[in-house]
Amino acid sequence: MNLNGKKVTLHDMSLRDGMHAKRHQISLDEMVNIATGLDEAGMPLIEVTHGDGLGGTSVNYGFPAHSDEEYLGAVIPKMKNAKISALLLPGIGTVDHLRMAKDLGVSTIRVATHCTEADVSEQHIGMAAKMEMDTVGFLMMAHMVSPEKILEQAKLMVSYGANCIYATDSAGYMLPDEVTAKIGLLRAELPANVEIGFHGHHNLGMGIANSLAAIDAGASRIDGSVAGLGAGAGNTPLEVFCAVLDRMGVETGIDLYKIMDVAEDRVFPIMDQPIRVDRDALTLGYAGVYSSFLLFAQRAEKKYGIQARDILVELGRRGTVGGQEDMIEDLALTMAREKGLI
Amino acid sequence: MSKKLKAAIIGPGNIGTDLLMKMQRSEWIEPVWMVGIDPESEGLKRAAEMGIKTCATGVDGLLEHVIKDDIRVAFDATSAYVHAENSRKLNELGVIMIDLTPAAIGPFCVPPVNLADHAKNLEMNVNMVTCGGQATIPMVAAVSRVQPVEYGEIVATVSSRSVGPGTRQNIDEFTRTTAGAVEKVGGAKKGKAIIVINPAEPPLIMRDTIHCLTEGEPDQAAITESVHAMVKEVQKYVPGYRLVNGPVFDGNRVTCFMEVEGLGDFLPKYAGNLDIMTAAGLRTAEMFAEEAANGAITLPERG
Repeated sequence: MNLNGKKVTLHDMSLRDGMHAKRHQISLDEMVNIATGLDEAGMPLIEVTHGDGLGGTSVNYGFPAHSDEEYLGAVIPKMKNAKISALLLPGIGTVDHLRMAKDLGVSTIRVATHCTEADVSEQHIGMAAKMEMDTVGFLMMAHMVSPEKILEQAKLMVSYGANCIYATDSAGYMLPDEVTAKIGLLRAELPANVEIGFHGHHNLGMGIANSLAAIDAGASRIDGSVAGLGAGAGNTPLEVFCAVLDRMGVETGIDLYKIMDVAEDRVFPIMDQPIRVDRDALTLGYAGVYSSFLLFAQRAEKKYGIQARDILVELGRRGTVGGQEDMIEDLALTMAREKGLI
Repeated sequence: MSKKLKAAIIGPGNIGTDLLMKMQRSEWIEPVWMVGIDPESEGLKRAAEMGIKTCATGVDGLLEHVIKDDIRVAFDATSAYVHAENSRKLNELGVIMIDLTPAAIGPFCVPPVNLADHAKNLEMNVNMVTCGGQATIPMVAAVSRVQPVEYGEIVATVSSRSVGPGTRQNIDEFTRTTAGAVEKVGGAKKGKAIIVINPAEPPLIMRDTIHCLTEGEPDQAAITESVHAMVKEVQKYVPGYRLVNGPVFDGNRVTCFMEVEGLGDFLPKYAGNLDIMTAAGLRTAEMFAEEAANGAITLPERG
């Protein structure tokens, strides 16, 4: 694979996707500390929100240590060069949250829908584009449908005003050939001024390989997270990815040693558990299940005595999509009753 | 004279047609008119085949028939944008308006919780909230009638096939309206609503999760009894309303996991979200008819 001379924009997820792995309990100091470290290392774009996006604060997904307003208000004024993005899932967050984020200085808004439901994003993408924000359409669980379906949904988001489209491997299920097919088709068919992005999870250990395949197929934005802090087995670990890209001659504008230090000195110490491909995270990738279900399934295992792996496989079989965290306790109760445990 | 109230349905789409099929079985409501805006629409043709008078010129085309045909109640299954005008014109003629759009000009109505009050007060326009609201607010109310609920949160998961373009274009309206009704009707001090659309095939039956955070330790026995009683109330008009799991108690959290299967009249059984709207709308009109028949309320005078 020859990527020499290509340029990519890396986008850090540790302070948004990483919120899942931290049960949304990152402190303001920790967030500012990591964000300023990333800014100094040259990270161009950093996402800051509840793990489930703006307005994600809930019983269902978890109440965060601080509100989106508090996190954004603490981080944004400290940034010298980095821009801050926010995620928004229609059905959870609303255009009111979008306006709040814009007012606090968020420059990039990423409107996320399940990969077949892009038409719920019209009002949010439309408003973000109208406010002249960098507006991204984020198609989640992209492994569940064909490249043609992803393209059809991407075109809807572009028609609403998105200037960048992501194929998002929320379950960490994809293998490089699939990434190539999906990103390649988006790049071939969408207008040249629409950027293409890829968001990976490391549940099958494919974060780096898939991200390279994405760049090769035409993606110019790649998500990852420093030290891999993200849902499931984490996102593509950015310090590792930076080293790989450096050796391959891809320009990122990031200082490798500085991002290595952020990973080691600022992110690793705040992890509640090692972010690795453990049995349950591997199951997410293998069964094609939304990565943020991991800790919920593990908690259900503790409470109801049903193996997290069994719960996750059943969730995959049922075609569960992002946001259905409530299914986990429901299903664990049903399985426990069937086994005579309750 | 028949005790039945004569009705018009505005909007011959999926909801309007399902409503018509349910209404044909009603002891209290008699469907007379189906109103649309497109003479070629499938819905109007279906209604005509079912022996209903049809009109393709909108509510304006219906107005001259209202008194002559003694139309007493109208169901608006169009959109929030035109509902206000529809309601004004029909209210002027003494027609009670059941609003199935998100317009919410009139008070929210969730039958087992507050319908009796609305009927007693002869509210001339009641709003049926949202599908997620109809499926979940009874459970919030079941907890809040036992002890104060600090926070009520509902998660509605619906099949992709059952979500129409109107809801999709304005999904924020669903979350806002439902959250508002979780407070106003459900009795939670603060409400939140989440909707998840799932494209699985075969389509999944509507699922709803209701989380309440109570003030103080929840009274488990009383809440459990109240929840089961409320499920029975909803089952009177939506037989496929089921408590799958719960109530689960965890600290001050009370959670109920529901499934809503529709009757499968015009809409498929999995679309319990749409069925519970039409069933609740019809139940509402029936209560007005019952109250009028037993003399508890007096319908607007007609010559």
